[in-house]
Amino acid sequence: MTQTTDTAPEGAAMTGRSSTDKAKADAQGRRPRPAGRRRGPAARRTRSWRDSPLRRITPWLFLAAPLALLITFTYVPVASMISYSFTDWDGVSPDRENVGFDNYVQIFTRPELFRVFFVSGYYLAASVVQIVVALYFAVILSFNLRFRNFFKGILFFPYLINGVAIGFVFLYFFQDGGTLDSVLDQLGVTTDHPWLGDPTSANVSLAGVSVWRFTGLNFVLFLGAIQSIPGELYEAAELDGAGKWKQFRHIIAPSIKPVISLSAILAISGSLSVFEIPYIMTGGATGTQTFVIQTIKLAFQFNKTGLASAAAVVLLLIILLITWIQRRLVPDDKVDLV
Amino acid sequence: MGNKKTTAFSSAVLAAVMLTLSACGGGGGGATGEVAAPPSDPKEVSGEIRVLTQRTDLVQNGTLQKYAAEFNKIYPKVKVKFDGITDYEGEVKIRMNTKAYGDVLFIPGAVAKNDYPKFFAPLGTTAELSKYRFSDKTEVDGKVYGIAQFGTANGFVYNKKVWKQAGVTEWPKTPEEFLAALKAIKEKTEATPYYTNFKDGWPLVQWTNNLGVVGCDAQAGNALAGAVSPWKAGSELNAGDTLLYDIVKQGLSEKDPTTTNWESSKALLGGGQIATMMLGSWSITQMQDAAEDVNGSAQDIGFMPFPVQKNGKHCAALVSDYQQAVSIHSENKPAARAWIDWFTEKSGFAETEGVVSAVKSAPMPATLKDFTDNDVTFFDRSEAKTATVNDIDEAAEIGLNKQDYRQKLIDTARGAAKGSLEDFFADLNKRWDEAAKTVGS
Repeated sequence: MTQTTDTAPEGAAMTGRSSTDKAKADAQGRRPRPAGRRRGPAARRTRSWRDSPLRRITPWLFLAAPLALLITFTYVPVASMISYSFTDWDGVSPDRENVGFDNYVQIFTRPELFRVFFVSGYYLAASVVQIVVALYFAVILSFNLRFRNFFKGILFFPYLINGVAIGFVFLYFFQDGGTLDSVLDQLGVTTDHPWLGDPTSANVSLAGVSVWRFTGLNFVLFLGAIQSIPGELYEAAELDGAGKWKQFRHIIAPSIKPVISLSAILAISGSLSVFEIPYIMTGGATGTQTFVIQTIKLAFQFNKTGLASAAAVVLLLIILLITWIQRRLVPDDKVDLV
Repeated sequence: MGNKKTTAFSSAVLAAVMLTLSACGGGGGGATGEVAAPPSDPKEVSGEIRVLTQRTDLVQNGTLQKYAAEFNKIYPKVKVKFDGITDYEGEVKIRMNTKAYGDVLFIPGAVAKNDYPKFFAPLGTTAELSKYRFSDKTEVDGKVYGIAQFGTANGFVYNKKVWKQAGVTEWPKTPEEFLAALKAIKEKTEATPYYTNFKDGWPLVQWTNNLGVVGCDAQAGNALAGAVSPWKAGSELNAGDTLLYDIVKQGLSEKDPTTTNWESSKALLGGGQIATMMLGSWSITQMQDAAEDVNGSAQDIGFMPFPVQKNGKHCAALVSDYQQAVSIHSENKPAARAWIDWFTEKSGFAETEGVVSAVKSAPMPATLKDFTDNDVTFFDRSEAKTATVNDIDEAAEIGLNKQDYRQKLIDTARGAAKGSLEDFFADLNKRWDEAAKTVGS
């Protein structure tokens, strides 16, 4: 596989070169000969096409559409966001004034803007639960089990639902006399607790929704990694008398380490930038405001687009920083089981 | 890889992208000063105009198109098209960065007053437009840029049957009487005495519209323009927010405010499960419809003024709805102006909706019969300094016209947030006063 893909373009490049190019290649003293040897009738027949500028441009033509989209919808907006963050723009006015680093100074001198990160703690704790649950099910369902595809489907299904829809569904779930209350009632537990009523309970409830939604994604990632482990290893381990726990400890866990660390990064950046579920369900009221909701409010309620852009840039930097630290602490070493 | 051709090509792509983007940007900058004057001859004015509106329901059920057909009887050559926008504020604000934001639009709250001349064509001088209510809201340098679509009176919508059942037949005259009435409702009926609509949030903003009812003061809004500690004891905002706090504190509101639902609250009020809500008079027709849907009667829906009296009389503030303006980039300004004038004065929209016409000489709508019969004093709250007030409000990140601070007030009242009412008001005052110093008037 690797060999064919390696040689084909190289040969093409060599045969495609003009004599001056070849001289240059000779001067560099690299692999001129095999290319010369390969020159046969087949090479001559395709030379004109390989020489044509159209051929050189073809990959770029294929890349043009995705690149244009990427630049238009990702890099240009990010660039303008960064440029807004140095202005006092209100989001509408045709005039904006350059204020330098004022917005950044304001963000770092107003502790209440950072207090919302405590809310992220709930989601971080929830994502630990989420990873453990996902790992548990991934391991269980990687063994031969009755109805395992059915259970895989059930676990992954929530991830496919639109986040806004989830928000609305769970609003009914948590409301006074809603699904949760009636299920508890059936079980003989009567609570009069407003689930979204006080900050702790609301944040725990919202984090719970987030676990329900994203467990499926982690589960699929883990399952994919686990299933790529060759079956012989288990057999060998079984022959050596290793039980399920030892198999997990010494075969599964080390081989899916990269996926676990990826999940950890996703969990941290995800819990710092929680948005959809609390925004739809509580709108950030009752102490459920996250950093992103706060940013949105700054931009669209108080028309401080400049300050909000700066806040968004700061969030980006924080996530980059945490990812970097994490990579330093847990280096991504190659997994070699055999 | 990095040969010349590819870099040239990629930079060409980049340049093309930048070009299209910069073509999109740069709104404003049109010829300022040209007045969108009403046409002299209705038969001659022509062109197609696009009207932006947040009333998607009226676009979808064809009501607005019917108004357009009526309009065409007088102005046969004008073609009116409607753009119904669900998230009006958010979307129009972004569209205003381009030149394509319709011919007639409502002025979004986000646009600073000083920027009006950059976005909208002036409609005439202050004197010329003095026949309309609230025209001072959009006046910049002696020219008016918007005409109010209509106005609403503010007060409590209530279910008369429930209130009667609780033995309250007279409008409460003080906040204490009001609270006592709600308590009676809680004790004697099954209904929730007051419904906050905390989750949807915007109904909480309606409380701000009471500004001025305590002192019957048309200048109450303008009085906020400065470091005046708006929540100090005895102030307008203090009176309203204290009442809301007490209602929640004494357990007279719904049990779980975090999962309320506006749409279903209408039916609950109509059906008598909710006794009272603070809203504008625009809601009365909706509540009457909802009441009939749940086998109640439109007669059950009543409207009462804020429970406070000045010289033995209740007061009610009239506040303007969105202001209609003509885009400065419109190519059919006379047609656009003709639509605004016709819609405000001749369409009968205000009567149908049961709201107060923007034309000063027009009579009060039938929905406010309770008010006119009981001699409630109406006042048009002046909006002359609204721009400064909004600037302070935004700088302080309080949001007089946003739900957040009242949600926090309710959370404080029901113990879900720490702190006392005094601390809460003190904090608001401090933030307001500090912001007022940074905002030049």
